[in-house]
Amino acid sequence: MTWILECDQITKRFPGVLANDQICFSLEEGEIHGILGENGAGKTTLMNILYGLYHPDEGEIRVRGKSVEIKSTRDAIQAGIGMVHQHFMLIPVFTVTENVMLGDEPTKLGGILDREATAKRILDISSSHGLEIDPSALVSTLPVGVQQRVEIIKLLYREADILIFDEPTSVLTPQEADQLFNIMRSLAESGKSIIFITHKLREVLDIADRITVIRQGQVIGTTTPEDADQSKLASMMVGREVVLEVEKSKAKPTEMTLRVENLKVLDDRNTLAVNGVTFDVLAGEILGVAGVQGNGQTQLVQALTGLRHPVEGRIELLGTDITRGTPRQITELGTAHIPEDRQRDGLVLSYPVTDNMVLNTYYIEPFTEKAVLQEGAMRSNAEALIGAFDIRTPSPEVDVSTLSGGNQQKVIVARELSRPIKLLVAAQPTRGLDVGSIEYMHNRLIEKRDEGVAVLLVSTELDEIMQLSDRIAVMYRGRIVDILAIEDASKESVGLLMAGVHSEDQGV
Amino acid sequence: MSKSEETAKVEKKSAISIFFEEVSQSSLIVPILAIISGLLLGGLLVALSSEDVYTMWTVNPLQAISNGFKAAWESYVTLFTGSFGSPSKIIAAIQSGEGLEIRRAINPIFESLVKSIPYIFAGLAVSLGFRTGLFNIGVEGQIFMGGIFSVWVGYSFTGLPVYIHLPFAFMAGALGGALWGFIPGFLKSKTGGHEVINTIMMNYIAFRLTDWLLREPMKREGSTNPLSPIIEKSAELPRFLADPIRFHLGFFIALAVALLVYWFLFKTKWGFDLRTVGANPHAARYAGMNIVRSTIGAMSLSGALAGMAGANELLGLNHHLSQSFSPGYGFDAIALALLGRNHPLGVVLASLLFGTLRNGATRMQAAAGIPIDIISVMQALILAFIAAPAIIRTIFRLKEPKEAEIGVRVSGWGGS
Repeated sequence: MTWILECDQITKRFPGVLANDQICFSLEEGEIHGILGENGAGKTTLMNILYGLYHPDEGEIRVRGKSVEIKSTRDAIQAGIGMVHQHFMLIPVFTVTENVMLGDEPTKLGGILDREATAKRILDISSSHGLEIDPSALVSTLPVGVQQRVEIIKLLYREADILIFDEPTSVLTPQEADQLFNIMRSLAESGKSIIFITHKLREVLDIADRITVIRQGQVIGTTTPEDADQSKLASMMVGREVVLEVEKSKAKPTEMTLRVENLKVLDDRNTLAVNGVTFDVLAGEILGVAGVQGNGQTQLVQALTGLRHPVEGRIELLGTDITRGTPRQITELGTAHIPEDRQRDGLVLSYPVTDNMVLNTYYIEPFTEKAVLQEGAMRSNAEALIGAFDIRTPSPEVDVSTLSGGNQQKVIVARELSRPIKLLVAAQPTRGLDVGSIEYMHNRLIEKRDEGVAVLLVSTELDEIMQLSDRIAVMYRGRIVDILAIEDASKESVGLLMAGVHSEDQGV
Repeated sequence: MSKSEETAKVEKKSAISIFFEEVSQSSLIVPILAIISGLLLGGLLVALSSEDVYTMWTVNPLQAISNGFKAAWESYVTLFTGSFGSPSKIIAAIQSGEGLEIRRAINPIFESLVKSIPYIFAGLAVSLGFRTGLFNIGVEGQIFMGGIFSVWVGYSFTGLPVYIHLPFAFMAGALGGALWGFIPGFLKSKTGGHEVINTIMMNYIAFRLTDWLLREPMKREGSTNPLSPIIEKSAELPRFLADPIRFHLGFFIALAVALLVYWFLFKTKWGFDLRTVGANPHAARYAGMNIVRSTIGAMSLSGALAGMAGANELLGLNHHLSQSFSPGYGFDAIALALLGRNHPLGVVLASLLFGTLRNGATRMQAAAGIPIDIISVMQALILAFIAAPAIIRTIFRLKEPKEAEIGVRVSGWGGS
């Protein structure tokens, strides 16, 4: 057995945090090694150390048995380590060839770029690994799955033989993810060694040869898909038993709460991001909006919450027209909004937990009396919510930026769900959360549904949509292609709809 | 168990190292070290610009270096006595028992305070803007508008009692500044016109408006110089002591206003609005705050504070409007706000420092022949150090603040 990469007792400290605690981990040549861990467990720190973005405080990295010091990404590439980032590092207005050659441009005599040589090598790489690509295509015109392929080609072009994939499926449709897995398998068969970072249990069981679980900066153990199952991995990740299946009774929908008619919304580039959407949500049900990222869900949510005015159509909340309502009016009518980008929209990171807990209620009693903020009321509110929602923070007075991602999300959830509400708009509520927090989040959504709140759940995670929704609306290119009752929906059918394939087209 | 004790247990560090860590990461240490570094470098400049050094250099380099030290030392001694008065003179004056002598001896201290007042108002103006995410470079112009409005009220109305005329004139000054802040605020929120550009342009309008007013409508009768009429006694900010001490009520008004600004920003719902808009406009919108109203409101309030600086100078010291009554308080105020970390208390402390340095510099120039420009250079150095905390952190080997390292994040495009 040959170890191509070994991490020996890697330790990395940040002020007040032990991000990596004596991590030992080894990668066998030609294997796919899953690294599983919650957010904040230290996966990303470890990978950034391997990729030269951080320096370990202690420990040794060996590549092919030889100790190496990786001081920069250049060193990492030299050592044959390459990384496919979660957010692609591509320049949209450049062609595939230009993106691939970027940073290591071959030149002809006189310093003229040699695009042809690069294009030829790209075609060689793509044919030998089954990575179909047109080297002259502009990256901005390519679908996300293909852009990811460009990232992989970049690594192969630089002759990396240790490939790190950081949460690679988060931006893909289920079908694209399957394609990626095929590519990863074929890469491994051709002798590349792959590290696959994820928090999705199913994926790691599907594709990995071995699985290493990290929790709180420490390696909990290494196992294989044969010896493990989802619940075992989940409890290793979280450190306790986790219920993966959400238990819920059948929905008892009652009155009409949200009604959206022929809604059209522009995005920042003035193109129609939401193109004539009609649906409604009843009190006591969860309507899941499924779709690959970037198909208009963001703009739809912004229109519903008053952050972006639609150009056409009508939105009604409990009979009140809120088409051109302000966020405050819509909030006061009983809407709670868990925003997609919690750090940008949902929180003021430089504010303490206390202030974030009253971000949209600070101006009313008991938090303000005669225009003066009531610090006592704000503080006891925060203390009560911290207890009720089990938020891990040293005190209500610390800045919310110091909390972990899961706890930041809990601050938003606590704030939004502690008010009397009629409609809950939850956009990507579990994005970036660990298994334990996801379980918690799901139970809260079901709880609200059972209390008679109309819930609109927007998620790119198909599993989540399937588990929670009572009805599923699938969005593709700004339109709702179909609305299915959960009984009629299967993962395959919804997955195909997400890719824009309508059932009639396949003759089903 | 206190928080620090908990950390001590977890990290197994000594209390002293934690103390130093806390201090080195607190927001005060950088300004303080910046001031010290500025003073030291300023001393070096004095030494380097001293003729004694160069005349001696060829004869005896060691002597020349010691001359340089001497020059720097002397200039700082005069700076100190210029700012606070000479202790020996004060003692002598008190022993002599003569009122005028005592007042002369202790005057430097009061003069330092007097020089700090416009800085306090103007610094508060800039920091209120910064807190709302707005860069008000128009404070200088707003100061002039404040001056114009307050002086006009000061000389146009006669026969009013002090308790009406003075507040009236002072608030007119605030109104003038507020008007000059409102315009760029309005343009920003309604048209998107950037406040930096617009406030700079508003400055020019204010300067030239002052010139025109002093030549035509507000010109003092019988004067050939561009000066306004002198304000009524009833509009003057009262002084507390006889000449030459000019210390006046404005100082206490400034402190009260600083306290009021603190209360407004941190204790009221309106302040919460402004701070949230400044800290994260996206979250402010999400939370239903009215960004348009906050922007216009903050610019108007900032202008009002700047206007008070103008009113204070003219009602308290000059008693008439002239073309150059502000030597750039509005621009120094940007620096002050940074030095004071945009906190009203910090602004007051920074203003006291600047006022003291300015006052001492005037005397330093007179007594030791050190050009007043050295103080400007020193102020610039202090500010450069503040603006580039990395320099201070490197020189004094302070730890990076917490965010810096964790903030190493790679980001791409593609997420919408």
